[in-house]
Amino acid sequence: MRVAVPVFPGSNCDHDALHACGTVMGWDTRAVWHQESRLPEGTELVFVPGGFSYGDYLRCGAIAALSPIMADVRRFAEAGGLVLGVCNGFQILCEAGLLPGALLRNASLRFIHRTVHLRVERADLPFTSALKPGQVFAVPIAHAEGNFELDDAELADLEARGGVAFRYCAPDGRTGEAFVPNGSSHGIAGIVNTRGNVLGMMPHPERAVEPAMGGVGGLGIFESLARTFATA
Amino acid sequence: MKVRVLVSLKPGILDPQGKAVEHGLAELGFEAAQVRIGKLIELEVSAGDAAQARAQVQAMCEKLLVNPVMEKAQVEVLG
Repeated sequence: MRVAVPVFPGSNCDHDALHACGTVMGWDTRAVWHQESRLPEGTELVFVPGGFSYGDYLRCGAIAALSPIMADVRRFAEAGGLVLGVCNGFQILCEAGLLPGALLRNASLRFIHRTVHLRVERADLPFTSALKPGQVFAVPIAHAEGNFELDDAELADLEARGGVAFRYCAPDGRTGEAFVPNGSSHGIAGIVNTRGNVLGMMPHPERAVEPAMGGVGGLGIFESLARTFATA
Repeated sequence: MKVRVLVSLKPGILDPQGKAVEHGLAELGFEAAQVRIGKLIELEVSAGDAAQARAQVQAMCEKLLVNPVMEKAQVEVLG
């Protein structure tokens, strides 16, 4: 499987993504500078990494969304290619219009870095097929702007079409405001587009793929992708 | 022409920064409610008249300066 990791000025989780996809999963993984106008030939997954692209100037992800490489990521996504955006990568996909909504400042105003539990709401996606509906997994978050916001009508549509992929929860899977670290609407941690090929999430699955990292809760997403490509 | 764009959060959007400032003001003994924090963007454009300048900047708002999910903008042509 060939993976492209777009790198923007201020990306700082690009090496985490390269390590998880390249070293841990053994995929042909390439970093692609944001000034490039084309993804590598044969790219099957684009992993938009976390960080602070362009210093979060104007709004998180707003400037990166306009980079030359993002025009090709958009074409790739429109052709059905798989795109995974994590943290700042999620913010970039929202700003690029590939996913609905926006990520606002955490309700606490604080940068939060800790392990959270996520409940799988969609186990039928190319990113989640190795997981089970309702399964709980632990992954770290590290963000100051992860408070997902969408107007009420669109939020209802998102829920109705099964656009919520992951929700923050207790270790036993219970959901509720008490388990939402950042004030996110409906406890949303990750969403998917209508077609099911573009997924954005604030937590970092690529930072939980080896025991030495403190846990392997994120592996399920990579194993799902491996399964998707094995059967493609 | 000089143009000023005032970007503010839409009414229903929670503004934790505004809330924090509201608490700070209360600590100082001031009474203030509904504190909201926005952004001010000033820029210069080449335009024949104010209407043209406004149209140009409104297009900029739609494409980049404002995220309509959470923000609204007020464009003021200063001349």
